[in-house]
Amino acid sequence: MNLTFKMWRQPSANADGNFETFKLGGVSPDMSFLEAMDLLNEDLTKKGVAPIEFESDCREGICGTCSCVINGQAHGPERGAATCQLYMRKFKDGDTLVVEPWRAAAFPVIKDLVVDRSAFDRIIQVGGYTGAKTGPHADANSMLVAKPDADQAMDAAACIGCGACVAACPNSSASLFVSAKITHLAMLPQGHPLRERRVLRMVEQMDQEGFGHCTNIGECQSACPKDIKIDFIAQMRREYVKAVLKYRPEAASGGSG
Amino acid sequence: MDKKLDAGNPQGPIEARWSKFKGDMKLVSPANKRKHTVIVVGTGLAGGSAAASLGEQGYHVKSFCISDSPRRAHSIAAQGGINAAKGYMNDGDSVYRLFYETVKGGDYRSRESNVHRLAEVSRDIIDQSVAAGVPFAREYSGELANRSFGGTQVSRTFYARGQTGQQLLIGAYQAMMRQVDEGTVEMHTFREMLDVVIIDGKARGIIVRNLLTGEIERHVADAVVLATGGYGRVYFLSTNAFNSNCTAAWRAHKRGALFGNPCFTQIHPTCIPQSGDNQSKLSLMSESLRNDGRVWVPKKKEDCAKHPSEIKDEDRDYYLERRYPTFGNLVPRDVASRAAKVVCDEGRGVGESKRAVYLDFRDAIKRVGENTIREKYGNLFDMYHEITNENPYEVPMRIYPAVHYTMGGLWVDYSLMSNIPGLFVLGEANFSDHGANRLGASALMQGLADGYFVIPYTLTNYLGSGKLEKIDTKHAGFEKTEAETKARLDSIVARAKKGGLRTVSEIYRELGATMWEFVGMERTDAGLRTAIAKIRVLRAEFAEGFKLVLPNGTAERNQLLELALRVEDFLELGELMAIDALDRKESCGGHFRAESQSDDGEAKRDDENFSHVSAWEYSGDPSKPVLHKEKLVFEYVHPTTRSYK
Repeated sequence: MNLTFKMWRQPSANADGNFETFKLGGVSPDMSFLEAMDLLNEDLTKKGVAPIEFESDCREGICGTCSCVINGQAHGPERGAATCQLYMRKFKDGDTLVVEPWRAAAFPVIKDLVVDRSAFDRIIQVGGYTGAKTGPHADANSMLVAKPDADQAMDAAACIGCGACVAACPNSSASLFVSAKITHLAMLPQGHPLRERRVLRMVEQMDQEGFGHCTNIGECQSACPKDIKIDFIAQMRREYVKAVLKYRPEAASGGSG
Repeated sequence: MDKKLDAGNPQGPIEARWSKFKGDMKLVSPANKRKHTVIVVGTGLAGGSAAASLGEQGYHVKSFCISDSPRRAHSIAAQGGINAAKGYMNDGDSVYRLFYETVKGGDYRSRESNVHRLAEVSRDIIDQSVAAGVPFAREYSGELANRSFGGTQVSRTFYARGQTGQQLLIGAYQAMMRQVDEGTVEMHTFREMLDVVIIDGKARGIIVRNLLTGEIERHVADAVVLATGGYGRVYFLSTNAFNSNCTAAWRAHKRGALFGNPCFTQIHPTCIPQSGDNQSKLSLMSESLRNDGRVWVPKKKEDCAKHPSEIKDEDRDYYLERRYPTFGNLVPRDVASRAAKVVCDEGRGVGESKRAVYLDFRDAIKRVGENTIREKYGNLFDMYHEITNENPYEVPMRIYPAVHYTMGGLWVDYSLMSNIPGLFVLGEANFSDHGANRLGASALMQGLADGYFVIPYTLTNYLGSGKLEKIDTKHAGFEKTEAETKARLDSIVARAKKGGLRTVSEIYRELGATMWEFVGMERTDAGLRTAIAKIRVLRAEFAEGFKLVLPNGTAERNQLLELALRVEDFLELGELMAIDALDRKESCGGHFRAESQSDDGEAKRDDENFSHVSAWEYSGDPSKPVLHKEKLVFEYVHPTTRSYK
């Protein structure tokens, strides 16, 4: 196949970016989108042009590193797939592919198609854990978890933290990402000791990072490569309301003696 | 014995060795722990769990990763599960059995003391992970579910759908991020370690490159922990992530750390076959699929081009079930891979390339229904469908072996410390626990064992055992190492300017193809010599120049520059792997020397001459490494011919 790529190029975070057009021949339908990008970079190298910077790692849809908006869709036209799981058979000979980075104030562009997603790490940092210490614990089967709860926890935990939900959302909301973690840990008894603190802190951090509010548009769910459901956002709201009513901060003077 | 190779193996009854070590170890008081800085490179299962544990103990931890976030580490891609000798299934499992099977599965090329410790702490890992919120699969009773994996007849594999690595990694990542919040762990993303700084014979810091700005940074510490994964990408095509590389380990090797058993690589039997010349990686289909899928090829060559549904049962050769009736489709990986190669070499391979075999779920779907299969393996089936455009519920999967894991790695003692004091190596980056073949679901176990349950003790023992001189990054040792790193970067720039006939990737792909052909599933004396000669030619080409565009030198993000630095190291490591494979004239585990096989084509070990770890020392010339041997002693699991028949 012969394709035209309209690529977003931006030398650095503070510089202006623009689209540059490249032609690429010899694309096979069984190639992944990222392999076509590799091929394009090889072609550019041979022509003495600096490579287009993009991110990828596992190339099998689990690490969440790759992040391109292709023809206006986060991760491209394939449903339930990350950019690395998009195959060129999805396109036709002669097609033009417009490729951009995630666009959100909270994800500043670093270079070309690479963005800074450290905001997600900072949200996890303030509460996305059970709080259990490392090291030995009581026997794993000493606390039973009903299968439906464990299954729902797993559905939510499947999030790969790629940020497509933010890129797809007209408000650049991170609600799907945050709600997935909150639901994952709320469904498990191990997550209960920090349940209220977690949702309050994570939601506050999400706001501080500059993500927008959720207005139930649902683009996030459509763009999610792991089919994380928007229902989790409703779950997060319930958790939040309950937490506001119930949360008791740690006693400042506890633990004497 | 070679002085460099004192493994510090504890003595006494094997089940008491680790407890005794812990009882005898030196401690560091909580107030003093925060005065120690520890560098942890890599944030996969081993590095992430180590940083979380050490931070929680109160050490000041500096954690480094090459990605935008520690959660991207390639442990995340492990699918099938994690072994633990919990014995929940009441099917005869025990710590001793896991120990025994791991030593046997590794074809008697690992250390008994290390493996026993691994089996012991496997139970703690499950308890810890459940407490950390890892959503393992459960039964309707609410108890944890188990499944079986290759090389064993019990069910001891815990799993979270086909995303076990992801869930365990996220568990470790979350524990580490909690420590970032607590202020004990300092996270440095987008940093690639380019050298280790050794001062007075001890590892005291690292030199890293900021991958966004190109800046070279110095970081000082009292100990350095490498958890930088394996080197499967030396083959270019592998199941490893695109950015996985050997640079941190290789640079440590060039500073004196011995490299153990570099030729021990694992070729995983169930991967999606290569489909074109531009393919960048191979995708794994979890070994757990062999619980329900049956592996076969047509009996007759003429049938290979037919649609599989047109081939009658009596014309199918279920070759694993035929050759290994006891273990059937669940033979260990090395055995399954080689068997696939044999049938394809006979001309009975299927698919366009004829380098594939069927993994068929027809019978399992008939037996338990499509829904049950979907529940167990749904995401894997979807992944297969996406990549191949074929529906595995309707037609059998086509699979072929691919490079997956490297059992070799930096040599470490019982404390997981390399021969350089203060340089610890964890997870896939070390050589220690899997011998010549790793059993399925044991990589996750080892990574977390090393990080959560071994390093917190052994590192403390090291720091508590002696006083370290107080130094900072202005020390001459840092000056010198940084200058050498910068000179190396300048040399890459010079070679890029000079240009060459080929791009970095083209040279790299040729290295990979050479390694796969001659240092892959079957190795011969002549083939290995050919590989060495070819790699030297490639290295000479790379040293001359290549096509690489660097408009602003090294002072900015450039993914092909990163690749060039890694390929330079792969080119040297590749040769060492071939040299090691040539030296080890026996077959064992994943290392199959065609000259050493039984009459029925099974691997033939030579315990008399090769019951040792080959630990290679860098001599200054990559083509002339110096061999040291650590004799392996088996007091409990006595080497016999490993049979799965």
